[in-house]
Amino acid sequence: MSVTQTPTNSPEIRRLDPVLEPGHTYASVTDKIAAVVLTRPLGIGWLAGFALCFSIVMLLTVAVAWLFTKGVGIWGINIPIGWGFAIVNFVWWIGIGHAGTLISAILFLLNQKWRTSINRFAEAMTLFAVACAGIFPLIHTGRPWMAYYMFPYPSTMGLWPQFRSPLIWDVFAVSTYGTVSLLFWYIGLLPDLATLRDRAKYKYQQVIFGILSMGWRNSARHWHRYQSAYLLLAGLATPLVLSVHTVVSFDFAIAIVPGWHTTIFPPYFVAGAIYSGFAMVITIAIPLRKAYGLEDFITMRHLDNMAKVMLATGLIVAYGYFIEFVLAYYSGNKFDVFLANQRLHGPYSHFYYALLLCNILTPQLLWMEKVRRSIPALFLLSLVINTGMWLERFVIVVISLTRDFMPSAWGRYSATFWDYATLLGTLGLFTMLLFLFVRGLPAIAIAEMRELVAHEGHSKKGHD
Amino acid sequence: MGEFETPEDLLAASRQARDAGYKHIDAYTPFPIEGLAAAIGFRWTFVPLITLSGGLLGGLGGFGLQYWCSAIAYPENIGGRSLNSWPAFIPVTFEMTVLFASLFAVVGMLALNKLPQPYHPVFNVERFAAQASTDRFFLCIEARDVKFDLVETARFLESVHATHVVEVRDED
Repeated sequence: MSVTQTPTNSPEIRRLDPVLEPGHTYASVTDKIAAVVLTRPLGIGWLAGFALCFSIVMLLTVAVAWLFTKGVGIWGINIPIGWGFAIVNFVWWIGIGHAGTLISAILFLLNQKWRTSINRFAEAMTLFAVACAGIFPLIHTGRPWMAYYMFPYPSTMGLWPQFRSPLIWDVFAVSTYGTVSLLFWYIGLLPDLATLRDRAKYKYQQVIFGILSMGWRNSARHWHRYQSAYLLLAGLATPLVLSVHTVVSFDFAIAIVPGWHTTIFPPYFVAGAIYSGFAMVITIAIPLRKAYGLEDFITMRHLDNMAKVMLATGLIVAYGYFIEFVLAYYSGNKFDVFLANQRLHGPYSHFYYALLLCNILTPQLLWMEKVRRSIPALFLLSLVINTGMWLERFVIVVISLTRDFMPSAWGRYSATFWDYATLLGTLGLFTMLLFLFVRGLPAIAIAEMRELVAHEGHSKKGHD
Repeated sequence: MGEFETPEDLLAASRQARDAGYKHIDAYTPFPIEGLAAAIGFRWTFVPLITLSGGLLGGLGGFGLQYWCSAIAYPENIGGRSLNSWPAFIPVTFEMTVLFASLFAVVGMLALNKLPQPYHPVFNVERFAAQASTDRFFLCIEARDVKFDLVETARFLESVHATHVVEVRDED
């Protein structure tokens, strides 16, 4: 027992922010969250935002239609850079989706109460991110009308997919991820849809929520089976999350291209996915809680914890960058060494330095509690981190392809208007879906918040 | 059907109902309560077994599909790998396992719960329809129970401190 140990009742021990602000009852949490869907009128803010996003989705439609008309030549891809923005965007969006499942499934298994108010919209974010990601593999092929070749079906030509290719593994991984996320989200929604059905004022709301909630009547027997299924899904979704981005990293790691063929990729990609995913959850959570007055439910504790997870995964990503260099130089393989040097002073090195600034340097600010508790700083930082993660995928894809084994095969890549239009279009699609979600479905899990109220009540009684 | 204000009241009442000899009882709560299912006599569910069987089906099916495609239906020499290149088959096998296990878990849970079931007599109780999914807890003793008697059961519910005791009628 050391003399310098601080006693536990010392005022220096900071009180932790609550996960749920005190003073709430089952009815008040239900009222507050359900009101956003059922009774609150569409404000000018929502309408203006939705109009903007919708017009950007129109841009996406035009970009994809033009792509199908003219072919992938409208993009900046060429030989040797056969993969440009399309793959960068695909990996970026899939990565963003991972935080939702981590919050829903992994934090559930770890019994973390702070997941309750953020898991619903984070899981919705995952679904929308996977939807945006899924667009790219379908449209980036030279003949997208033959995309169905990737699925195993008895074809008249006797063809079957090449199961030894990571591109096919991707098909299965992303399809599974989308399906399981949807299932998990939907059964999580069932009790809340029943709540909305019971409280709906207008007939159309009653009918829609009535159909969607499947007649859920909150029976204890049903809850028992429900909890069993929920726990099993959480247990299944956890390795799934880790495996999906691993399979996506295999798109690169299985190839022999220098800069891609490294074993650090799977854990480095997964950590990077969680990193960018949490950044996106923060980007969504901050305006959401402000616009709908949900600060009592999404408290500083949530923002603080999410910032800490971002910092931790950011450090893992930093380690990934570091070990990439170490392994390249240590291997002595002249192609790997050359590529490592190209990242530092090749034609795209300014992207690499921007990447280091966004992903490694600026997030170190999160060590400071003042930064973690400052809402504008957190919001800005989350945008910077997401930009950095996009740059990371760009650096991985483009630098390795522009400088591969033979100098005669080297090339340059520059993105065209249509590359940017498609990227911006998917951002618009993502945001539009979020706007619709926030008004159509409860953005916070109502039944789980009630459980939290009960739990907080019990723990208070326990301490009295 | 009796209404209660707190989960503890409902738990106590459920246990007393079991002790009194009622078997066909169900409780309705706006969120899951620990120990309640056991208190009303419901202990074991098939959901984990269904999930496991789904996972096994998916895993064996996924591997079988790949083996059949790669070794029998469309054999190709890819990079000198054997036709049964099982390390390369692992990712898809894993994904199929998870996919089928999840599908079976959800469909199994819904099927065992007999959902979708838009109509149930309990929705005819006005207070239930308004409050069961907000902040009130209900205990329902079904008429098919051997010990059920309209007056006696109502008196029993009042004795375990139910605040509103109502008869649940089926709309024909």
